[in-house]
Amino acid sequence: MFNYLVRRILSGGVVLGIVSAIVFGIFYILPADPARLSCGKTCSEELILKIRHTLELDQTLPVQYGRYVKGIFVGRTYLKGSPAELKCSAPCLGYSFQTNQPVTQLLKDRLPATASIAFGASILWLLIGLSSGIISALRRGTWVDKLSQGVALGAASLQIYFVGLVLQFIFVNKLAWLPTPGYSSPLHYPLDWAKQMALPWITLAFLLSAIYSRLTRAGMIEIMGEDYVRTARAKGLGNRTIQFKHVLRGAITPIVTVFGLDLGGLLGGAVITEYVFNIPGLGKLSTDAVSNLDLPVITGTVIFSAFFIIVANILVDLLYAALDPKVRIQ
Amino acid sequence: MSKFLEVNNLSISFPTEDGVVKAVDNMSFSLEKGKTLGIVGESGSGKSVTSLAILGLHKGSTAEVSGEILIDGQDINAMAENDVRLLRGKVMSMIFQDALAALHPYYTVGNQIAEAYLVHNKVSKSEAKKRAIEMLDRVGIPEPQKRVDDYPHQFSGGMRQRAMIAMALSCNPSLLIADEPTTALDVTVQAQIIDLLRDLQKEFNTAIILITHDLGVVSETADDILLMYAGKAIEYGTVRDVLQKPQHPYGWGLLTSIPRLTGDPEKSLAAIPGTPPSLISVPSGCAFHPRCSYVKQVGTACSSSIPDLLPVSAGAHHLVRCHLDTAAREEIFRSQVAPKL
Repeated sequence: MFNYLVRRILSGGVVLGIVSAIVFGIFYILPADPARLSCGKTCSEELILKIRHTLELDQTLPVQYGRYVKGIFVGRTYLKGSPAELKCSAPCLGYSFQTNQPVTQLLKDRLPATASIAFGASILWLLIGLSSGIISALRRGTWVDKLSQGVALGAASLQIYFVGLVLQFIFVNKLAWLPTPGYSSPLHYPLDWAKQMALPWITLAFLLSAIYSRLTRAGMIEIMGEDYVRTARAKGLGNRTIQFKHVLRGAITPIVTVFGLDLGGLLGGAVITEYVFNIPGLGKLSTDAVSNLDLPVITGTVIFSAFFIIVANILVDLLYAALDPKVRIQ
Repeated sequence: MSKFLEVNNLSISFPTEDGVVKAVDNMSFSLEKGKTLGIVGESGSGKSVTSLAILGLHKGSTAEVSGEILIDGQDINAMAENDVRLLRGKVMSMIFQDALAALHPYYTVGNQIAEAYLVHNKVSKSEAKKRAIEMLDRVGIPEPQKRVDDYPHQFSGGMRQRAMIAMALSCNPSLLIADEPTTALDVTVQAQIIDLLRDLQKEFNTAIILITHDLGVVSETADDILLMYAGKAIEYGTVRDVLQKPQHPYGWGLLTSIPRLTGDPEKSLAAIPGTPPSLISVPSGCAFHPRCSYVKQVGTACSSSIPDLLPVSAGAHHLVRCHLDTAAREEIFRSQVAPKL
């Protein structure tokens, strides 16, 4: 098990390296000059040259990439030896062209908002999705099932930017039950935090609970046809024991897998949700960076979200081993 | 005094989109404690459907079950689901063909046996686990204290079936239904499982319904045989009667199709021509007539009227459902079937 974990972490590191190299390479090919982008509109050729030197853009691509990777692990110093020496401590992902802030700092600042959305919404969609899926499966064919699956189909086909704006119009603009969505620290203002996060949570959960509800229902119905469920009935077990101990236990594994990956993906930035509600999270950071061609920030956010997805994958595999004895023993 | 298990006029049908499937049609049989009834037939002949009905497992499904299933005088078919549930595992229990699929992959073998014991006995979990170990030991699992915490996939095929038997017998049921318990196993393991069932039957005086398509297994273990075809009983009697003096052309076909060690290896095996009928559109008259070689001797009756299940001779317990008269059957058996056996 320990060896397996080490192997997974190493291979995750390799994937991360490949992702960063690709992103780095793409920006090198782009017909945009980072020095000019970083310089702003009023800019002399002289200044550009200076910036190019400062950012070490006058080096070859492999050297630039090597220094970038080195910066992530041990930090780096720009303009070494000169009076304008700039120290960027590890993990260094460079500086934003737009704000001149270290990318690492930007990511750190933006993560709490994204994490708030992701964790809050995931609790909500798990609760709604699993329970409605279970009820649908147990009442298959009845009006309860048809209604809940109909709603799920409708919800799954609506987009976040539609649902989000409609909800905001109703609950913020018309009824004024909720403040305009945004982010405030849950440590200092927990109530404000919850109120401001409510709409992003509901909007995201609306879409995802629909998917989880259908997933749960289909999984439960499949397991109900398994021989071991017939055995459970033949033993004389009660319905509740059969449904929860035997059927749900059999159906939960794939749901856990999908959940881990969804959560990992969201932690890298709930892009549309953050954009719709104008929440300063990682998703908003990356969309803004893309529209401004803020290359260091784009690279940083891509690597950061790849990191979350890789970690989520490893965690899902570990969970899978915990849930499935066949995997565990191998 | 009525028998321990009595099934009277049992019919089971399933409404489907293509029509009503008559899986079992007007079956009657009975069984005493300590005895074994072998139900033999092809896939789809209604064997398993019948056994599920005895456990009341069709309740809550779309199946329509009519007739009586009396266990100790109580009609399972007329009882409420929850009352039948309390009998399942305790009075009647069942083991299945594919033990790997029939055991939950995510729970230990011990947990699953203990669970069966816990439902029907007011005991603590540790006592139930002790019972699981005791049962595993009883069915011949080596090192039961250790193996009790194994998962089903860590057991071999034969051990899994032993574990299934341990689970089914954990509450000392009076009736055990074994649905093709040896079909998925190696021949040597088959013999072990059959021996085990026989030993346990002697010990606990269990009534066993053995569902199989293996005439060899039946001949070794059963007291009575019920031969099924297309949802109907076509021959019913003691093992000795049915296997030594078979009366139905289908039974003749089954017996002559068994390969023999002394047979000519160049000769292809005898087969019953045709295929089993669809239960949605069962052939008119005798369901077997399209595959029967003796229709000419009877004439149109075979395709127009369903023969009754009648005693071979007055007062005999050997019943057969065939239009041929007893004299003709005996003549055919003596001249055409017996020489091939």
